[in-house]
Amino acid sequence: MVPITTFHYLVVAAALFVLGVIGVLTRRNVVIVLMSIELILNAVNLNLVAFSRMWGNLNGQVFSIFITVDAAAEAAAGLGILIAFFRNKETINVDEIDLLKW
Amino acid sequence: MNPVLNSALNTTINPGMAPVATPFFFYLLAGLAIAGGVLVITRRNSVHSALALIGTLLSVAGLYLMLYAPFVAAAQIIVYAGGIMVLFLFVIMLVNIERVSKERRFNRIWPAGVSAACGLMALFVFAFVKGKALFPDRLMTLRESSNTQEIATMLYGERGKMGQYSFGQYTFTFEIASLLLLVAILGAVIMTKKKM
Amino acid sequence: MPNFVMSYLGSTVTPGQAGNQFWALIYVLIIFAGVSVAVVAMNWIERKALAHFQIRLGPMRVGPHGLLQPIADALKLMLKEDIIPAEADQFVFWVAPLIGLLAAFAVYTVIPFGPSQAVSDMNIGILFMLGVSSLGALGIVVAGWASNSHYPLIGALRSTAQMVSYEVAMGLAVVSAVLMTSLNSTGTGTLSMIGIVQAQQQQGTWFIFKFFPLGLLAFMIFAIAMIAETNRAPFDMAEAESELTAGYHTEYSGLRWSLFMLAEYAAMIAVSSIAVTLWLGGWMRPFPNLLQAPLWEFTFSLFPGLTFLGLAAIAGVGTARMPSHSFFRIQRIGLGVFASLLASIALLLLLIAVAGRSADTSIAARFSEGIGYVYWFVLKVAIFMYLFIWYRATWPRYRFDQLMRVGWKVLLPISLGVLIATAIVGVIIS
Repeated sequence: MVPITTFHYLVVAAALFVLGVIGVLTRRNVVIVLMSIELILNAVNLNLVAFSRMWGNLNGQVFSIFITVDAAAEAAAGLGILIAFFRNKETINVDEIDLLKW
Repeated sequence: MNPVLNSALNTTINPGMAPVATPFFFYLLAGLAIAGGVLVITRRNSVHSALALIGTLLSVAGLYLMLYAPFVAAAQIIVYAGGIMVLFLFVIMLVNIERVSKERRFNRIWPAGVSAACGLMALFVFAFVKGKALFPDRLMTLRESSNTQEIATMLYGERGKMGQYSFGQYTFTFEIASLLLLVAILGAVIMTKKKM
Repeated sequence: MPNFVMSYLGSTVTPGQAGNQFWALIYVLIIFAGVSVAVVAMNWIERKALAHFQIRLGPMRVGPHGLLQPIADALKLMLKEDIIPAEADQFVFWVAPLIGLLAAFAVYTVIPFGPSQAVSDMNIGILFMLGVSSLGALGIVVAGWASNSHYPLIGALRSTAQMVSYEVAMGLAVVSAVLMTSLNSTGTGTLSMIGIVQAQQQQGTWFIFKFFPLGLLAFMIFAIAMIAETNRAPFDMAEAESELTAGYHTEYSGLRWSLFMLAEYAAMIAVSSIAVTLWLGGWMRPFPNLLQAPLWEFTFSLFPGLTFLGLAAIAGVGTARMPSHSFFRIQRIGLGVFASLLASIALLLLLIAVAGRSADTSIAARFSEGIGYVYWFVLKVAIFMYLFIWYRATWPRYRFDQLMRVGWKVLLPISLGVLIATAIVGVIIS
């Protein structure tokens, strides 16, 4: 069996990233789009921690903690915007959130 | 280059048997993570997507444990799986309307989205193939041994290093992160207040 | 293979550190069995104690003094019809109790019953416990949604909001206890559970008495928060029978409901074990540093046997006081058998304690030491379990907005203040 290298972890992270991008570009439900953004951030975290293991340095892990904090803040703010919008227009479809279109 | 790491990686830590469990657990956790990711973007029901995302997050936490990052794994479980996903489930229940479950899942221009993602994947593959020369095999191979304490100490030094980094080199980042959280809390509270 | 099994005996680290999967599995099975027995016993004690608090007798018929009542309850729940609401989401309805059970039982991986009697001593033990117990809230909110009816949904949202609010205060209280472990010579604390108890041993005081009153305040904050975390009285608005018709487990019947109850009791025992480990000295007997003569060691090692002897005496008195009517003959015989069983366990423990006194490194000495550690730990946790029942019998319920006010406006500022004060006092002293 081929031993597990850093490359394997990078491939997993890339796959999660691409799945998140497909979710953001394709789904119509705003909540699912926000969940796909969380997938993207997780992929970046996995990348950082894999490289931290490769170089034997803790910098990658410390920075991934900050990215996790950032993801929490952004999820809270994004869901707040969603609820505020839902009160006005009663929809969670990205295609129908178009009040600013000319 | 880190001289300590150089000399340590050049010596054999465990001349005995190669570990058998590591590839098994890696493929299991990676498979669960990717399967969860696929389920997140394809389910019609939002709650099923949220549960699949929880599965993905827990599998990624397991991958962090395999990469000798226990603190990041614990932070992932506490913040992501225990905090953010509860928030998502609350909001899904607040905005769940019957109409949503009968609509189309994907929007009209989904081929463009999928082809853009495939282009991105091609870019990643290109970067990996071209960049493989930059990372010598000696570095890419992750040494395992049966004595995990020894290898963790070799890689990361004594305990308490995370705290030394957070409050030493990264103090500024730490304070800005707490300020960011404060702003997010204020924003969420103000945006969702009912008009009196 | 036998070498693999036998090489662990006589080791001074947990099976996780030694990398011995076989003994880790044995420990996990012992924990499963122990927690199940504890939940069954807890069920009986709760019904009897609540009844006696309310000046009535509780279950008396099923076994002698109702001792077989939990078994009858378990049989009934297993044989009940499994009703699933009409429009409920089948998969999510099935998976929700499993999430709660998983979160409750996974905490037991890090709970130390002795200096090497834990499944695995992780470096981040206390963080693992906080994270996994916050996964329990997920099980509740999913259960409420999957029932597809508004009472369970409201109950689940309320229960989850309560758990999430009190987790913050719990985490801060835990951090102030962990801060006290760093007051040693090297200046670095530890997050591992065994390390925290060993720090209490080194510093010669239980953390509840350290920096009086800061340790006591942190312990009380954790005690209040853990009652709210497990949805017990007086914070059980979300699941009490007279409110919201039993909340998030309204639509669950039979075996699924018993899984929820199992998860709740297991979570109660788990958070009590955390409180005992962090503040009350874990597995240490009273005064381990002050009274160190071998005579004191021998006296304290007799306690497990004497406790079981006391329980056997109570059962014996119950047997003697049974009415001598022919209808009570079977109950009398049953209680007599139970009393003699307890007495034989007591005799065995006393024999091990006496045999372990003579030689210091014999098997009996190691057994007696291990039994002593587990005994003191279980005794302290049992006191907490009795307190849970006492609170339920005595205090009225908090209304939900009062509950949230206490969590955010009272406990959170106090726990922040205790954390800052502990840090300042720690820096000044060292």
